[in-house]
Amino acid sequence: MSVLLYTENWEGKFKKLTFELASYASGVAEMLGTGVTAVSIGSVDDQELKKLGEYGVGKILKADNEATGQFDTGVYAKIIADAADKENAEIIIMANNNAGKAIAPRLSVRLKAGVASAVSELPVSVSPFFIKKRVFSGNAVAGTEIKTEKKIVTLSQNSFDLAEKPADIIIENFDAAAGGPSGNIEVREVERQSGKLLLTDAEIVVSGGRGMKSPDNWGPIEEFAKLLGGATACSRPVSDEGWRPHEEHTGQTGKIIAPNLYFAIGISGATQHLAGISASKVIVAINNDKDAPIFDAAQYGIVGDASKVLPKLVEALKEAKSA
Amino acid sequence: MNILVCISQVPDTTTKVKFTENNTKLDTGGIQWVINPWDELSLTRALELKDDPSSGVQKVSVAHVGPASNEATIRKALAIGADDAYRVDTDALDAYQVAAQLAELVKTGSFDIILCGIESSDYNGSNVGGMLAEFLDYTSVSGISQLEISEGKAIVNREIDGGKESLAVSLPFVGIVQKGIAKEPRIAAMRGIMMARKKPINVTAAKDIAPLTEVKEFEPPKPRPACKFVDPDNPAELIELLQNEAKVI
Ligand SMILES: Cc1cc2nc3c(=O)[nH]c(=O)nc-3n(C[C@H](O)[C@H](O)[C@H](O)COP(=O)(O)OP(=O)(O)OC[C@H]3O[C@@H](n4cnc5c(N)ncnc54)[C@H](O)[C@@H]3O)c2cc1C
Repeated sequence: MSVLLYTENWEGKFKKLTFELASYASGVAEMLGTGVTAVSIGSVDDQELKKLGEYGVGKILKADNEATGQFDTGVYAKIIADAADKENAEIIIMANNNAGKAIAPRLSVRLKAGVASAVSELPVSVSPFFIKKRVFSGNAVAGTEIKTEKKIVTLSQNSFDLAEKPADIIIENFDAAAGGPSGNIEVREVERQSGKLLLTDAEIVVSGGRGMKSPDNWGPIEEFAKLLGGATACSRPVSDEGWRPHEEHTGQTGKIIAPNLYFAIGISGATQHLAGISASKVIVAINNDKDAPIFDAAQYGIVGDASKVLPKLVEALKEAKSA
Repeated sequence: MNILVCISQVPDTTTKVKFTENNTKLDTGGIQWVINPWDELSLTRALELKDDPSSGVQKVSVAHVGPASNEATIRKALAIGADDAYRVDTDALDAYQVAAQLAELVKTGSFDIILCGIESSDYNGSNVGGMLAEFLDYTSVSGISQLEISEGKAIVNREIDGGKESLAVSLPFVGIVQKGIAKEPRIAAMRGIMMARKKPINVTAAKDIAPLTEVKEFEPPKPRPACKFVDPDNPAELIELLQNEAKVI
């Protein structure tokens, strides 16, 4: 019996999310009295892999062959299922991100393992396996029992603290998924903005809504985000209008994020918007309407015209930083 | 070429959800039920493709797993423009059970493209589409924000972290759809509503399939502390609070 962790990589590298997952997997393994094995698919060097050992991973299965070059979710699910069989894994953990959402359901059917997705806490108990998950777009939490012998849990990003737990690590080559790529998917074009802080990775997010009035007014939002080392975001109408790129749209139908700090500037705080940001640790609202619902979600607020408040706030931050 | 759009019925997205029976059941009183937003967009895209003769799409069907009381939602999809509908007659218990029922349905029909939403806004599982694909052993692509058909293949854009990929996918395939797939959901016109009454809803009996998970209780999210207001003329105070009280910058 063991806990299996699927560790995605980004051009051969791990990121904070990976170590959040490893910390989480170690926590679950401790509850079960067992260890964590990670399965890494694709090309990641051993030095990078060894970093997992700092968060309690004891063994890594390295699957790197021709079947792994292309992200075909069916093939990936097969590889992870093989790893789960080999390790006799009872619980399989992955991120609740693009890749995890694509793989987990396929793996579920393959292993007949129930899934709890968008989880942000350790299980309440492991036998029976009872865990809390996000439901109704953040308006409730559901205590869910997974009844199958094998279980899959997908963890929300930025929701679990890193916990260092140095472990000796063994790296094993894993000859994955005989048969190779399915041949059903042909990649025609890839567009990737490398080097840019992803909204989902950002710990600080500065977001603007329709109250910003015009795309020409985004200068101070961008400057503020840059000074804070954060990313920029927006409400849906702002991206629908083409004021900002679609990747910035947060909310029920956009990105769901959980930064440490979220600034909602000129955003009313509609339920559908809150659905994407309510897991933020601290929310700050700037809005000229003191009755705007965003103030019910916010911990700090300024009632005022964003076009006047924001530049002052940028100056105040600059002063605080130089002090 | 035929497209099947899988639709889920969810509370209107502005609903303040409440629970009953000791927080073990959703309080359905006063809930306005709607087609899950992503499914509505999938349906819209499927109909746009059908409107374009060069796409080769001849028929757009919808499928729903749920009791007869959900037929109003299915009629809505027919009114928007779906040609026909399938309903598997059982309560939806979890993603696995729903996907297994849909897989049985797909096996009896002839569908080239099956569309599911990236999640259903009630249980936020992101599971049915991928499970359905695995049951059928079809290719699936998740997170697609664009869908075209060309030379017998689906041409899709898939969101990846920090970018996107354009893929050509052999059919049949399951497309798991997110924002961007259509701009605005299509709205039913009067004529559509009249015609929907005559369109068939094919009801099939459910297979005996047990769910793998069970929701035992609900909890409202933790209440947030009351908002602390800062003087708009003194934003330095906000910076100070974020540094020293909240300790987030
Ligand atoms: C199915 C569905 C899904 C949806 N999904 C999403 C989603 O994912 N994300 C999302 O954001 N929305 C979503 N919406 C839309 C949502 O209902 C709201 O319409 C939207 O969030 C409002 O955006 P906003 O707050 O920017 O604009 P508004 O509601 O127009 O609010 C603008 C705010 O700015 C304030 N303001 C105006 N001028 C100023 C000023 N000078 N200074 C300071 N404040 C000012 C106003 O007081 C107001 O509160 C969805 C809707 C539906 C039906």
